[in-house]
Amino acid sequence: MNPHAADARPARDARVRVVLPGHLCVLADVDGELTLPAAEPVTIGSVLDAVEEAYPVLRGAIRDHGEGARRPYVRYFACEQDFSFDPPETRLPDAVAGGAEPFLIVAAIAGG
Amino acid sequence: MSSVRVLVGTRKGAFILSADGARTDWRVDGPLFSGWEIYHVTGSPAHPDRLWASQSTGWFGQQVQRSDDGGATWAPVGNEFAYAGAVGDHQWYDGTPRPWDFTRVWHFEPSPTDPDFVWAGVEDAALFSSADGGATWRESRGLRDCRGEDWMPGAGGLGLHTIVLDPADPQRMFVAISAAGVFRTDDGGTTWRPVNRGLHSGHLPDQDAEIGHCVHRIAMHPSRPSTLFMQKHWDVMRTDDAGENWYEISGDLPTDFGFPVQVHAHEPETVYVVPITSDEFHVPPEGRLRVYRSRTGGTEWEPLTAGLPQRDCYVNVLRDAMAVDSLDSCGVYFGTTGGQVYASRDSGDTWEAVVRDLPAVLSVEVQTLP
Repeated sequence: MNPHAADARPARDARVRVVLPGHLCVLADVDGELTLPAAEPVTIGSVLDAVEEAYPVLRGAIRDHGEGARRPYVRYFACEQDFSFDPPETRLPDAVAGGAEPFLIVAAIAGG
Repeated sequence: MSSVRVLVGTRKGAFILSADGARTDWRVDGPLFSGWEIYHVTGSPAHPDRLWASQSTGWFGQQVQRSDDGGATWAPVGNEFAYAGAVGDHQWYDGTPRPWDFTRVWHFEPSPTDPDFVWAGVEDAALFSSADGGATWRESRGLRDCRGEDWMPGAGGLGLHTIVLDPADPQRMFVAISAAGVFRTDDGGTTWRPVNRGLHSGHLPDQDAEIGHCVHRIAMHPSRPSTLFMQKHWDVMRTDDAGENWYEISGDLPTDFGFPVQVHAHEPETVYVVPITSDEFHVPPEGRLRVYRSRTGGTEWEPLTAGLPQRDCYVNVLRDAMAVDSLDSCGVYFGTTGGQVYASRDSGDTWEAVVRDLPAVLSVEVQTLP
């Protein structure tokens, strides 16, 4: 069983920290780290939902419109782990859920 | 006094160049959308302070930005371009079928009368429109019914890059698609047919095929909507019957390969192209940047050199990177992959660089303002 899999605990809001890549900071007109409410359990999907809820302009820029799939050159890191290839229901570490560590949205190295 | 606003899309942001009608002192504003690739920026003829920008990156996809104050402020609008019906397949480079996959908007063509209506040509090639100021987008699916399954991308992608509206007939328009050709609708975009008779392409098994021609750009003078000019992968072409038949007008050009073609604002038989050596070496012949002008509708061409570098110049001018204003005398503008934007205020006789060190220029549009 995936130790990060979401469980069925009642939802409540956590405060999570999210770091966007430079291009998305320009697009969303933000400077620096975001702090957002995210539904618990804190998963990749719930954090991305929270980002898109707060910044609708980012819809389609991180995940595609259709299936919600991660765009190919976008990566997700947290607590020195790569969560890019994990399913959206993957639960993030407690340090992210508790706000001690940020969830990093990273632009993969992809040329000029 | 009239003024002009030159809208420049580059590999890294957009720039707005502005001047009064004398076109001697220029203000350069930007970069807008810093770091993002801007394939196209253009303005609405019906509401000149409404501008549209196509903003994309390989990482984060497409955004559509709109300004309602001449570029001072911008806001993103809708960016969801979902192909109509079953997505379907087109050919891939190896000839196998591949599902249509939206990448970006190559070109906007705003309605001449309705500020909220705009056409968008996209990659993978399709035509979308918005009737609500960009909030939502709808595909004109009939275009892909013109043997879309046989379209194959060129090296630059399968992009719908040119949209030409007929000012005399709101139901008629033309689009051009890389490596597919020219298509025409006479019913406002519902149904389409290819109009490529007369084009010959050496890279096709059937050189006179109905589709598959690599058309780089088409242009029309508003007073002569049945006459169009084309810069093709090789050959400069002309039609006088709305695309039913094309004929070659390359004449005495040093090379008939190039990307942009434009028509003088007041002289429908005056045409501009920028010859490039070849399809494998996209630079001016002999390192000399020359715009070629024909005042006879083609075949006889004169090089325009005054103010343009005539040695050691190895830039390209892309398909959407040339435009004209409607002042008298006509202003002509183009941008290069070296980041220069050149302007002529005398129909091309003389040129000067408005700005020299922008990122590679992808598009140039001009607004003539009252």
